[in-house]
Amino acid sequence: MTAKISYDDVEVGTELPARSFGVTRATLVQYAGASGDFNPIHWNEKFAKEVGLPDVIAHGMFTMAEAVRVVTDWVGDPGAVVEYGVRFTRPVVVPNDEQGATIEVSGKIGAKLDDHTVRVDLTATSGGQKVLGMSRAVVRLA
Amino acid sequence: MALDQSFVGRTYPPTDPYEVGREKIREFAEAVGDTHPAYIDPEAAKALGYSDVIAPPTFVFSITFKAAGQVVRDPQLGLDYSRVVHGDQKFAYRRPVRAGDRLTVTSTIEAIKSMAGNDIVDVRGEVHDEAGEHVVTAWTKLVARAAEEG
Repeated sequence: MTAKISYDDVEVGTELPARSFGVTRATLVQYAGASGDFNPIHWNEKFAKEVGLPDVIAHGMFTMAEAVRVVTDWVGDPGAVVEYGVRFTRPVVVPNDEQGATIEVSGKIGAKLDDHTVRVDLTATSGGQKVLGMSRAVVRLA
Repeated sequence: MALDQSFVGRTYPPTDPYEVGREKIREFAEAVGDTHPAYIDPEAAKALGYSDVIAPPTFVFSITFKAAGQVVRDPQLGLDYSRVVHGDQKFAYRRPVRAGDRLTVTSTIEAIKSMAGNDIVDVRGEVHDEAGEHVVTAWTKLVARAAEEG
């Protein structure tokens, strides 16, 4: 593994570059195909509303995949991630238009751990609401 | 209806091997809009010390969730799959998943809880490669929402 960030160069509170990720209905169809998750709540508005959702929602695992990019892009080596966990607190609602929804992700160092690893605490919001809770990644630095 | 607590600790048989393909990793990486070179270019992956392209961190969920289907659809457990939503997800990696891996998953029910009419099941999936080496562990919390009144 070859992380481009050095353990000695970060402190608790150091912020990672924030990112925003767009998601449209087309994104969800593509993710459904690639992941094999064809649950209709992610592409069928009628079905989503029948089960009590406001509209079609993004796959939680899609949001989880986007959020960790703040970590993997920062560290340079995606294989440096040693732990990653999230709680799905609120769905990302994706309207049927050109813009879709936006997921805003920021991260900062929550703790310096043993063996050149750090815990990154991530925050993910969409439409001003938190969509992930307890979103944390442990990553090994150089 | 509360689920049977005696299922806690139950381990299901390992799945048949899933062979990780380069093009499947590429397809997944493109679907999440992340074309990091280590996911699509074997030379870039080698430069980082990997024998072939590696998968994005959440790629393995497709494999472990399919394995967790044994639990979700176990008629003896009786979870109402039509009401299941994903509560939490966590991974602990020994190494990244890479193209050419032949992965098996062994699923274990770690906990069963009932809260406010919701049935909550925690499933741990241990992922091993063809040599029997541990690659990653996935913890998935499934919540079967309480049925509506009437």
